[in-house]
Amino acid sequence: MTPEDSRYAKSHEYVHIEGDIGTIGITDYAQKELGDVVFVELPKVGAQLEQGDELGSIESVKAVSELFAPVSGEVVEVNEALSEKPELVNTDPYGDGWMVKVRVSTPEEADELMDAEEYEEYIEKEAGK
Amino acid sequence: MTDEPLKKTPLNEVEHELGGKMIDFGGWELPVQFTSIIDEHQAVRTRAGLFDVSHMGEILVKGPDAQALLQRSTCNDVSKLEDGRAQYNGLLYPTAGFVDDILVYRMGADDYFVVVNAANTDKDFEWLRECAKGMDVDVTNASADYAQLALQGPNSEKILQPFTNIDLSKMKYYRFARGKVDGVDAIVSRTGYTGEDGFEIYVAPSEGPRIFKKLIATGNVAPCGLGARDTLRLEAKMALYGNDIDHSTTPLEADLGWIVKLEKGDFMGRDVLEREKSEGPKRKLVGFEMVDRGIARHGYPVVDGSEEIGVVTSGTHSPTLKKPIGLAYLPLDKSVPGTTFMVLIRGKEARARVVPTPFYKRK
Repeated sequence: MTPEDSRYAKSHEYVHIEGDIGTIGITDYAQKELGDVVFVELPKVGAQLEQGDELGSIESVKAVSELFAPVSGEVVEVNEALSEKPELVNTDPYGDGWMVKVRVSTPEEADELMDAEEYEEYIEKEAGK
Repeated sequence: MTDEPLKKTPLNEVEHELGGKMIDFGGWELPVQFTSIIDEHQAVRTRAGLFDVSHMGEILVKGPDAQALLQRSTCNDVSKLEDGRAQYNGLLYPTAGFVDDILVYRMGADDYFVVVNAANTDKDFEWLRECAKGMDVDVTNASADYAQLALQGPNSEKILQPFTNIDLSKMKYYRFARGKVDGVDAIVSRTGYTGEDGFEIYVAPSEGPRIFKKLIATGNVAPCGLGARDTLRLEAKMALYGNDIDHSTTPLEADLGWIVKLEKGDFMGRDVLEREKSEGPKRKLVGFEMVDRGIARHGYPVVDGSEEIGVVTSGTHSPTLKKPIGLAYLPLDKSVPGTTFMVLIRGKEARARVVPTPFYKRK
C-alpha cells in the first residue's frame, strides 16, 4: 500500500518525482497518526526550499505538526484544494491530498531517502515503540 | 515522565478489540479515537457515543462530619444537596487555587461519593484527609472499585432504558439513582462532560466490559475516545483540569462564579475569593474564535506588542462550528466579547476575538 514509485523521509513526507518535478505530501501512516486534518498551511509558489526546511504545518483536531521538505527545490505549485478540503489529506494522501510541487534542484537527495520497503520497516519500528 | 507501565482500565481489552488508537493519558492507556475525532464528536451531538472514563477517581466521604469536611474544603454549598443529587464543585487550597474540580454525589446525609480527575486522585485523597484532621469522618479512595462509562448524546435515554430498572425518564439533569444496569448494581447519574444529554454509569470493574460491549452492540452507539471528549467539552466550555484550571487559578478567574458560595460560611480560600469578588479578578478565562487562520492551542502566549498579557489554555478545531475555538486567560479589561487580541502561533501573531460562551448549547 506504500507506493513503490515514491521516496520517503523519516519525518513521514513522501516525494514522488517525475522529470524534475517532485510532488510532496505526507504518508498514509502520518495522516492516520494525525487524525482528522482541518487546516494545512503551505508555502507560496516561488519559495526556495532546502532539504529539511520547514515548508508548512498541518493542523489536525488534536495536534499540529510541521511539514519538512524531503528534497530541495523551488515551489512551483501548491494544492489549493486543501484550503477548502483539508480532509483530502486523510482520504487520499498519495493522490488528491498532495501538498506542494517543487522543481527539484538536487535529484541525488532523493537517493538518501527511504524506498517503500525501507519506509514500511521504519514505521513498523516506530509503531512498536 | 516515568518508566512505570501504563495503567489500564477494566475496558482496556475491549478498546483494543474495537480498534481504539491507544495513547498515554496521564499514565493511563486510553483510546484517543476509534474511527475519527470528528465522526465520534458528531455521533455524540446527533445520536449517542460511549466513553470509558474508568480512569476517573472515586473517593468516599462518610461519617457525622462528612458534610462539614466537604463544606470546609470546597467552594460550592454542599448543604444544598439532597439525596440523589449531584453537584459540580471546586476542591480548593487556602489560596483559592484548585486542588481539583469534582462532582459530589449525596448518597445520604453523612454519605458522599466524590468523583475526581484521574491524575488528581491521590492528591485529592491526601488533601481531603489533611482537611479532615480532627473531624469524625472516613475518607476512602474507592477508585479501584468502579468502572465508569459515559453514554452521551440525545439518544442516550432511549438506548440505556432497556438495560436498567431505573426510570430514566424521571431522572433530571444532575440527579442520580442506584439500581441495576444489565442485572448488576450500578449508580447512574444524568451527568456528563460533553454538553449533551447523557448518563454516567458506575459499576464493578468486572461488569464494565460486558455492559460496554452490549451498549455498542445495540448498533446505535459509537465508541468514543479522549479526542472527541476534548472537543465536546470545549464546545460546551467545560473546564479541563491541568489545561484551563489548576492550583494557580481560582474559580472566579476561571469564570466559575456560579460554584462560589461565599454565604455558606468559612471554607478554603474564601477570603481570597471574597476579595476577588469585590475587586474583580485580575484575569478571566474567556472563549475566543480565531479571526486569522490557524489554531491557537494550550500554552500559546497572548501578546500585546512585546508584552505577554495572557495565555491560551485550550484550543482546537470545533467540529460543530467548523472553525478554530479556544479558551484563554486575559486581563479583565480585555475579556469583553468582541475584543480582539493577538496570539503567538509558533512565533507568528494571529488575531483572535473574545466571544460569548458556551460555544455550543444543546436545544
